[in-house]
Amino acid sequence: MNDMTPLVGRGIDRVDGPLKVTGHAKYAAEFALEGLCHAVMVRTTVPAGRVAAIDAADAKAMPGVLLVMTHENTPQLPQKGEAAFGPPAGRKLTLFQDTEVRYNGEPVALVIAETFEQAQEAAQRVRVKYEAKDAVLDFERAKAHAYKPEKMTHSPPDTCWGDIERGLAEGEVKVDHVYTTPMETHNPMEPHATLAHWEGPHLTLYDSTQYVAGVRETTAKTLGIPVEQVEVHSPFVGGGFGCKGSTWSHVVLAALAARQVKRPVKLVVERRQMFGPVGGRPCTEQRVLLAAKRDGTITGVRHDVISHTSVFEDYTESSTQPTKSLYGIANGHLTQRLAQLNVGTPTFMRAPGESTGTFALECAMDELAEALAIDPVELRVKNHADADPSKGFPWSSKKLKECYAEAARRFGWDKRSPAPRSMRDGRWLVGHGMATATYPAHMDKCKAVAMLEADGTYVVRCSTQDIGTGTYTIGAQVAAEALGVALGQVRFELGDSRFPRAPVSGGSMTAASVGMAVRNACLALKEKVLAGAKERPLSVEVEYGPKGEDEAKLAMRSFGAVFTEVRVDRDLGIVRVPRVVATYSVGRLLNAKTGINQLQGGIVWGISMALMEESFLDKRSGRIANADLAEYHVPVNADIGVLDVTVVDENDVAFNALGARGIGEIGITGVAASVANAVYHATGRRVRDLPITLDKLL
Amino acid sequence: MNSTPRDPESGARRRFLASTGAIGALGIGLPAAEAEPSVQAGESPVQRLAVRFTLNGRPCELELDPRTTLLDALREQLHEGGTKKGCDHGQCGACTVLVDGRRVNACLTLALTLEGRKVTTIEGLAREKLHAAQAAFVRHDAFQCGYCTPGQIVSCVALVDEARRNMPSAVTPDLHAEAPLELTDDEIRERMSGNVCRCGAYANIVAAVRDVASGGGA
Repeated sequence: MNDMTPLVGRGIDRVDGPLKVTGHAKYAAEFALEGLCHAVMVRTTVPAGRVAAIDAADAKAMPGVLLVMTHENTPQLPQKGEAAFGPPAGRKLTLFQDTEVRYNGEPVALVIAETFEQAQEAAQRVRVKYEAKDAVLDFERAKAHAYKPEKMTHSPPDTCWGDIERGLAEGEVKVDHVYTTPMETHNPMEPHATLAHWEGPHLTLYDSTQYVAGVRETTAKTLGIPVEQVEVHSPFVGGGFGCKGSTWSHVVLAALAARQVKRPVKLVVERRQMFGPVGGRPCTEQRVLLAAKRDGTITGVRHDVISHTSVFEDYTESSTQPTKSLYGIANGHLTQRLAQLNVGTPTFMRAPGESTGTFALECAMDELAEALAIDPVELRVKNHADADPSKGFPWSSKKLKECYAEAARRFGWDKRSPAPRSMRDGRWLVGHGMATATYPAHMDKCKAVAMLEADGTYVVRCSTQDIGTGTYTIGAQVAAEALGVALGQVRFELGDSRFPRAPVSGGSMTAASVGMAVRNACLALKEKVLAGAKERPLSVEVEYGPKGEDEAKLAMRSFGAVFTEVRVDRDLGIVRVPRVVATYSVGRLLNAKTGINQLQGGIVWGISMALMEESFLDKRSGRIANADLAEYHVPVNADIGVLDVTVVDENDVAFNALGARGIGEIGITGVAASVANAVYHATGRRVRDLPITLDKLL
Repeated sequence: MNSTPRDPESGARRRFLASTGAIGALGIGLPAAEAEPSVQAGESPVQRLAVRFTLNGRPCELELDPRTTLLDALREQLHEGGTKKGCDHGQCGACTVLVDGRRVNACLTLALTLEGRKVTTIEGLAREKLHAAQAAFVRHDAFQCGYCTPGQIVSCVALVDEARRNMPSAVTPDLHAEAPLELTDDEIRERMSGNVCRCGAYANIVAAVRDVASGGGA
């Protein structure tokens, strides 16, 4: 390792690596508290109606059982438990405040016992009688009542620019197709888990979360207690991908149970219970219409999306978002609609909107390229957006053209024979496909404190989270570089609500937001030290407040180019992905080792989305029929081939002084389309409905 | 960096059980932490049975509810949290441990079946320094969130041993070839496929295992 190279950017080993490989990193369920008892959730078995009666007598009589919590004995909460509603942290929860049943698998009781085994068995003895109602479980039926949501996370549901009618009329060639993506479930390896412990009025939660501050504030407000009385610890999180960004029912239920039994309670969500009560990606139906001149100039785009939500809360999968900004199209019309089903409320899942949206848009681009007989890369370069088409702002920094060129070169795109079914290797049909990746650049307000201790070490603290994203490591790198000291002299601590407030680990904004707060705190501390401040510990707390696009008059987005080779068995329809080559324009990578790893992980998610993932909703019962890791398919090692991932040299100082834009989500975007386009090239079969399982190719 | 609050005045730290890995610890009847009376269950009529096995080289004696899996015995009774619960159904491999040198899913192994056996978990691999597999996983960044990592590493250790003993896999081209079996990338991918990594660090896992198999390491 060359010590002369800047610390930020260097591919140093993960600083929490030794704790993780020895089993000593402590995740939420692993804190041993005195007197700890165990809670197991009982869930509904009908999709709609009301609870008529709960017979908990047998369960209560089981050995070791301390409490069976139901709507009959759960304390009434302010605003029926909805006092903290406000996504992403606060969602509409099920806290046994009434008898309504809104989906199959909704929590209906909680059994607390001395041991896990006792709680588990007693949970099976709780008998619930229902008055069932008709449920809406068929997306086709729900679509008839689709409606426009009041709002989406980052923009209004509908966006128009230019004159769409004129844009479509100018087009000499049109492609107009419907693409669908299924319900998916995040399934981080560590299931959600909460340990709740009251000491008098003070509540301590050990929680697996992407949002320490969100858990604290949501739990306090929901229970109607001051936020100062709640403390949240989350030093290690076994993956999140969006589902741990919200505070779901089990967190508050654990706190309520612990208060009732006056002992610490551990509630670990079972794997099968993660299909429903903790969110998932909604299904989408997306119509994309592209109109273009013969020379490849796209003159108009329509993108109309319907996604599902629950019957009790709106969540919109904003699949139109990439279409707003990806190409320089003069006329656009984008709409988002929601259709309600009796299921758990869906939520943000890795690259929400952008992953599903780029699937539809980038498949449509491939179809347009074929209709025009233009190379797919050339079509994209021709329609490159030199400024953001919907807002007109110039980009803070964008090197997408370099991404196309570099990835195409490394992939060997020039050796591709354009006609479908024209490349073979024995029994395998070989296909080459490509797509553009994109994800917006976000930042949010973030605080951090930097301290110089009496022994000369530096401690930097922020309540943020490391969900596998490398926050511990890049935080330490940024701090050490700003202070001008060696990495070993700095300790970066996170995952604790007593530390200065950080935003949710979502929207790919942690590296930039936390990084900037850490950097500014350390620079301010260094200034004080250089000015001769003698007090120890010497401490400086700062808040970083970023400028948004409208204030900065700049468009901020990351981009990339993804090239995929697939091999499809000509008789059996088996699809393999031997290699993916991708190059990204993401600003400065803060750690080359952890950064490339995360981008590769995103690509694995994209392959998974393309070929495997689907939560099957049984249209009669409303149950998820494949609610485990054997039936809900995610890739194993043998499913993943060579992933050749690079980034272009870039430093987006117009976005922030670190020059970094965040990389957690862009990796999944574009991949599903790249795979689908490669499958089309291999087989001549255009599959517009994910996942591309072999039955769709036979 | 530090995994727990450092403030020595912190109530949170004092609330942790001082001892972990307590041999013979039972999960029942622990005194409540509160001064005010807390809810206690009645005397448990559940029969508890004794089991003795070796855990990471040390003798271990437990009295267990017969329904207790090895995974829950490790995590809940012994407070050895390194072995992870990902699915509790033998579908993800996060709980992989060695029993008499062979890898098994601890969630599918009833603890009472371990009488006289030798159990090795992730906590038992490192001695003075990191085990070669642990060091390789750090060096190649073969993980992100770290939750599947203990299982991956235990699988890696077992896999290298399986190859030495010439145990074939589904992708082994010649079942009659002489030992030792060559661990190609395809062999590694196949043999590591009982351990799901949702973060998708598979490419780096292959690199780490390749490094260990070829004798590289700490």
